[in-house]
Amino acid sequence: MSNGNAYWRANLRLLSICLVIWFVVSYLFGIMLFDVLNTIQIGGYKLGFWFAQQGSIYVFVALIFYYAARMNRYDREHGVEEE
Amino acid sequence: MDLTTLTYLVVGATFAVYIGIAFWARAATTAEFYAAGRGVHPIANGMATAADWMSAASFISMAGLIAFTGYGGSVFLMGWTGGYVLLAMLLAPYLRKFGKFTVPEFIGDRYYSQTARIVAVVCLIVASITYVIGQMKGIGVAFSRFLEVEFATGLFTGMGIVFVYAVMGGMKGITYTQIAQYVVLIFAYTIPAIFISLQLTGNPLPQLGLGATMADGTGVHLLTKLDLVVTDLGFKEYTTQKLGSSLNMFLYTLSLMIGTAGLPHVIIRFFTVPRVRDARSSAGWALVFIAILYTTAPGVGAMARLNLIDTLWPGGVMTADGALEVEQRPDWMKRWEATGLLGFEDKNGDGRIQYYDDSNPQTVARAESMGWKGNEMTNVDRDIMVLANPEIAQLPNWVIALVAAGGLAAALSTAAGLLLAISSAVSHDLMKGVFLPDISEKAELNAGRIAMAGAIVVAGYLGLNPPGFAAQVVALAFGLAASSIFPALMMGIFSKRVNNFGAIAGMLGGLGVTLLYIFWFKGWFFIPGTEMAANNASNWILGISPEAFGAVGAMVNFAVAIVVSRMTAEPPVHIQELVESIRVPRGAGSATAH
Repeated sequence: MSNGNAYWRANLRLLSICLVIWFVVSYLFGIMLFDVLNTIQIGGYKLGFWFAQQGSIYVFVALIFYYAARMNRYDREHGVEEE
Repeated sequence: MDLTTLTYLVVGATFAVYIGIAFWARAATTAEFYAAGRGVHPIANGMATAADWMSAASFISMAGLIAFTGYGGSVFLMGWTGGYVLLAMLLAPYLRKFGKFTVPEFIGDRYYSQTARIVAVVCLIVASITYVIGQMKGIGVAFSRFLEVEFATGLFTGMGIVFVYAVMGGMKGITYTQIAQYVVLIFAYTIPAIFISLQLTGNPLPQLGLGATMADGTGVHLLTKLDLVVTDLGFKEYTTQKLGSSLNMFLYTLSLMIGTAGLPHVIIRFFTVPRVRDARSSAGWALVFIAILYTTAPGVGAMARLNLIDTLWPGGVMTADGALEVEQRPDWMKRWEATGLLGFEDKNGDGRIQYYDDSNPQTVARAESMGWKGNEMTNVDRDIMVLANPEIAQLPNWVIALVAAGGLAAALSTAAGLLLAISSAVSHDLMKGVFLPDISEKAELNAGRIAMAGAIVVAGYLGLNPPGFAAQVVALAFGLAASSIFPALMMGIFSKRVNNFGAIAGMLGGLGVTLLYIFWFKGWFFIPGTEMAANNASNWILGISPEAFGAVGAMVNFAVAIVVSRMTAEPPVHIQELVESIRVPRGAGSATAH
């Protein structure tokens, strides 16, 4: 069971990191810091606008695959992977 | 070949495919009927989930919504994609490990309470019914606009198609038709977008075209030009226009994300994959397939808005003789005027159509000095931005036919997923779970089919006679899912301490404040005239719109559940062991046997 707890703690740590990034790209960059980031122009996009309508979605996709890959590794390391 | 014949051919071909799949993928067991036998590949499930999720609203309405709300429309883009991050990390793998068939079943087992299960069933049915009426309307509209048949005839045809594959195949039939429907809808959406992006910017990818320079040789960026022309016409600047306050946008986005993760028809799709690790990656694939449409939509919205303005001001915006002459207007305008989605009125009788924002005093002053008597485009329905897009860009007829098939695929696939969530809640949670626990599997399978048929009839009836709540999908369905279902599921996995009393009190509390807030501004049960206060920003608490309140309801749910649980006995040992077991993937195989 101690092994199970270490696995769960590792999951919670990974989860927290992922959710912080999830929050930063959408709520922070796309909404709260929108006006500040818009002073930066990348090509035809203002940066805040880009995060709100494009960038956050790309980061969401990457986050899920990153989380899935790391969890598969944790499953094996802690011996709780599916038979 | 004329457009109508071509459209019949394309739509008919897609329907033939769906029916063919129905005969191939019949369900023989309850595990097949509810969860496609848990044998769906994670990428295939990702595709099916994308079709399940992307509704008539995503396909037909979202780009138009963005076209007219600009930056404010980001709420929908982020809200309807970010929920998949929550789903992949907080719910899907654990619920797959739990290994049962429905969302209320988890809530009933985890909180060892039939009451909790019934509260979940009620929330599920209300949210799903609200949502399915919109799909029925989408099917009727697509048929009547493109195939020139009566709304009701279109609706019955759509119901008939869903009936065949959903009643025969259950989740199995629905899964494989959804995959086919995804392919149809994504081609239908991206092909016109690619053409339009090429025409305007020379870049085939709308994701890049939106940030590119115009292909007209001026070297001006598309978004810069759009900002210029819309502000010239008196509208708000496209790239900075907000949807209420920043706080409202924040909570609106959060409500949509939590609501997305808590919608039962999406969650049950993750019960169909073989393993826990597949549930994690499948959520990623689902979002890939969704993102293809969702990152295209902002380009479609901005480009369609620009095209519309260019069409209406061929001689330059806000110039004396710049407006479109009534006699010179293109054929597509005449066609869509006939549907009531477009309308103009030559108020000053100058034979031209002046289009500008006549609620902006500065623009009105300018307009009056030129002899204009108000905005003359009296009706521009948002849906026109996707529906008429191929015609505005003068694309070939087969593209228009494809858009019709795509809109139908989006509506049918979402309707089928919702109907399965409803019918499994009735046959598995209410009948097998509460009233007739001893029925055989065969009887339950038949009950499932009858419940499905009944759900289709109810949905069809409500599609023909839409009640007041039908238009409130965003407020009601997402509000319910966010304030009641999502917190109950998440706490059931991440807390061993939250008990039956806490969960029930939390769900009722979250639901209560959310519904109270919605009804306060939109009328009790949406009955017109029963509003307690006018539905506008000055009356809302801190400027939070009713659609954005689901997130507050979720917070109330979490807080109430935790406090009540602390004051009452902790869950029995076997429940705490259940929570331990769903937190690790090992053992999912045996749960499959169910």
